[in-house]
Amino acid sequence: MAEQVWINMGPQHPMTHGLWNLRVKLDGDTIVDADPEMGYLHRGVEKLCEVRNYLKPIVLMDRLCYVSSLTWAHVYCKAVENLMDIEPPPRGKYLNVIACELQRMASHGMWLAAFLADLGLLTGFLYSLRERELVLDLLQLMTGQRMNQNYPRPGGVHNDLPPGFEDEVRRVFRYLRRQYKGYKKFLEDSPTFLMRTQGVGVLRKEDAINYGVTGPNLRGSGARVDLRELDPYDVYDELDFEPVVYEEGDTYARYKVRFGEFFESMRIIEQALDRLPQGPFRIKTPKRAEGEGYARTEDPRGEALIYIIGDGSDRPYRVKIRSPIFVTLSALPMMLRGHRIADVASVTGGIDVCVGEIDK
Amino acid sequence: MSGHLVDLFGGSNAIAVFLITIINFILRGIGSLPLFGFLNPLADWLGTEPVVTSIAWLIAITIMITWAAALHLLTFIWLERKLVARLQDRRGPMITLRKDRYIGGTGYLQQIADALKLIQKENITPKAADPWMFHIAPAFLISTTIVVLVALPFSEGFVVANVPAGLLFILAAFSLAPLAILLAGWAQNNKYAMIGGMRAAAMMMSYEIPMILAVIAVVVLAGSLNPIEIVNQQSQLSILAPLAAIGIANWYIIPQFLGFFIFLLAMLAEQERIPFDFPEAEEEVVHGWLVEYGGMRFGMVYGFKWLRTFVAAALVALLFLGGWHGPVLPQEIWFILKIYFVFFIFIWISWSVPRIRIDQILNIGWRKLIPLGLFNIFLAVLVVHANAQGWI
Repeated sequence: MAEQVWINMGPQHPMTHGLWNLRVKLDGDTIVDADPEMGYLHRGVEKLCEVRNYLKPIVLMDRLCYVSSLTWAHVYCKAVENLMDIEPPPRGKYLNVIACELQRMASHGMWLAAFLADLGLLTGFLYSLRERELVLDLLQLMTGQRMNQNYPRPGGVHNDLPPGFEDEVRRVFRYLRRQYKGYKKFLEDSPTFLMRTQGVGVLRKEDAINYGVTGPNLRGSGARVDLRELDPYDVYDELDFEPVVYEEGDTYARYKVRFGEFFESMRIIEQALDRLPQGPFRIKTPKRAEGEGYARTEDPRGEALIYIIGDGSDRPYRVKIRSPIFVTLSALPMMLRGHRIADVASVTGGIDVCVGEIDK
Repeated sequence: MSGHLVDLFGGSNAIAVFLITIINFILRGIGSLPLFGFLNPLADWLGTEPVVTSIAWLIAITIMITWAAALHLLTFIWLERKLVARLQDRRGPMITLRKDRYIGGTGYLQQIADALKLIQKENITPKAADPWMFHIAPAFLISTTIVVLVALPFSEGFVVANVPAGLLFILAAFSLAPLAILLAGWAQNNKYAMIGGMRAAAMMMSYEIPMILAVIAVVVLAGSLNPIEIVNQQSQLSILAPLAAIGIANWYIIPQFLGFFIFLLAMLAEQERIPFDFPEAEEEVVHGWLVEYGGMRFGMVYGFKWLRTFVAAALVALLFLGGWHGPVLPQEIWFILKIYFVFFIFIWISWSVPRIRIDQILNIGWRKLIPLGLFNIFLAVLVVHANAQGWI
């Protein structure tokens, strides 16, 4: 019986994509136990929100997850809308859907890049970043910024679409569909890629639900849970789309879910552009609010929930953020146990860790 | 079949004789003076044949190392960076000596700039490390690769020593590197380095045996362990009658395609390139056994990986691609062209696939490559026997 040793993979480790520490207990090359440690990137976002009026935390929410900033600002705005009991105009809802789905594509592009780099395929990393840049260009055209867009507002969005946006979107999507079909073939025909992902980090459906795993990680385990379908917000109930679900629960299934969602997002955006109504895109909102409001949306990483209490002043009394990856990491030791140390990169890359949102 | 340009040992011998003649002239001049007569026996000893040969060898090895390590090592690093950049839709290093230093250059000076930077860094020895082993390991690693160059021929004339069983010597020296890596990993007293070193040792078990099996098949076909003899065999007309009829030479890649495939994979593993780079997998063990080395010590260990690449590419060209055999151009040019071609294949493979796992290479090595290698030897024996019987 060999001696078992703890190894700190982090806080500065190429696998971590940010600042967190995964302590791994090794018996030879096999993982006996794992213990994620978070908190290196804590900025106190929830507390900072309490000393700002209702509009200003949007900027903080943009910084919550640096890979998918717009969706967090969006869920915050929805929570404020529910607190103030206001309803954005239809055009504002549609623009929010378009922006969120573009952000989802950008986030999944970044995930693919980081995941392939974790597996040692740096060429795929750069290819994926190259295509993500086109999505970011679309976001820039729409909102004025590549990242940290500061675009959603309580009661609509910040600005209307620029002229020529629709043609640009269709042109880019034609190119992206062709490119991503190529990448799909490139990866799924590669025995090396299959060897590294199939059967690695298996998360069964029951365990996933018990641990509170949400989003693509849960859909990769075979549960058809997508808040866009189950609890539709904005205008998702008017759009036709299909949640991507795979049964296996391993890293390969999670990869296929995210890859499928990339194509689904393109479908959603094209439909939304087709049905985009005319009219105002934003309404005026009150400055003060009292009571409680919450909203939950399907973030690229899972269920994002923000809960706000207003005490009648122009500032929120309390803001609570539920970040999906913080919860998902609790299932990580179970997914890692019994695997090799080389699988750590594959598994953590597969669940799409974003430290900004974990540590808040 | 064209001739060779360089006669390395003859040239070195001439240089040695020239140098010793000058020194002896001076010594005898001083020796003719009174009191300095004891210098004459020294001059006589310098003029004897063993001394001249030894000095000629030293000169030949120096030329060889300079040629391989200074010229081709730098070119290989540069070429890999540039080719990978092309594969990844980048431009790669572009530094030049012009005023607009980073715009539009070829970037050949980047390696020299990197080396100059690394030389300036402090040589840090970790407190918990074993200092002797820690410092000896890089030297050990580099010398195992340099020693290969003594027996590695670049043409019929461009070889330091024409050893009868040269191939055996080359492979033995080339396979010593995992030992040095294990030493380095152990000496650093770091968990990541330790895992990296152990991985190198474990991996060696899986690729060395298929590699030797592939070489045995070549040796069966050639009937010799001398690299020059193996290449000469490949310059004859093909031993496969249909190919000989249309004038195709006997490159061993044709009867030995399986062997070529196995040897190429083993050479990828030998260099620790990406599908098999577990000892230094960055995302898993943070550069593994290199983790505590800093400054030029890191630069040497890291840079000499490309010398191993150079030797590996030369071995593939030597054993399977007909060595320096080719029309019109001189032998050295043909051999270098083939080496760069093989190098290009290495780069192409290693930057298009993810890294596999350590247990998976053990599976591939023991369960797939060894049976294939044995079957390959059987094929080689069959070809030789059929040729002797006049069946093909």
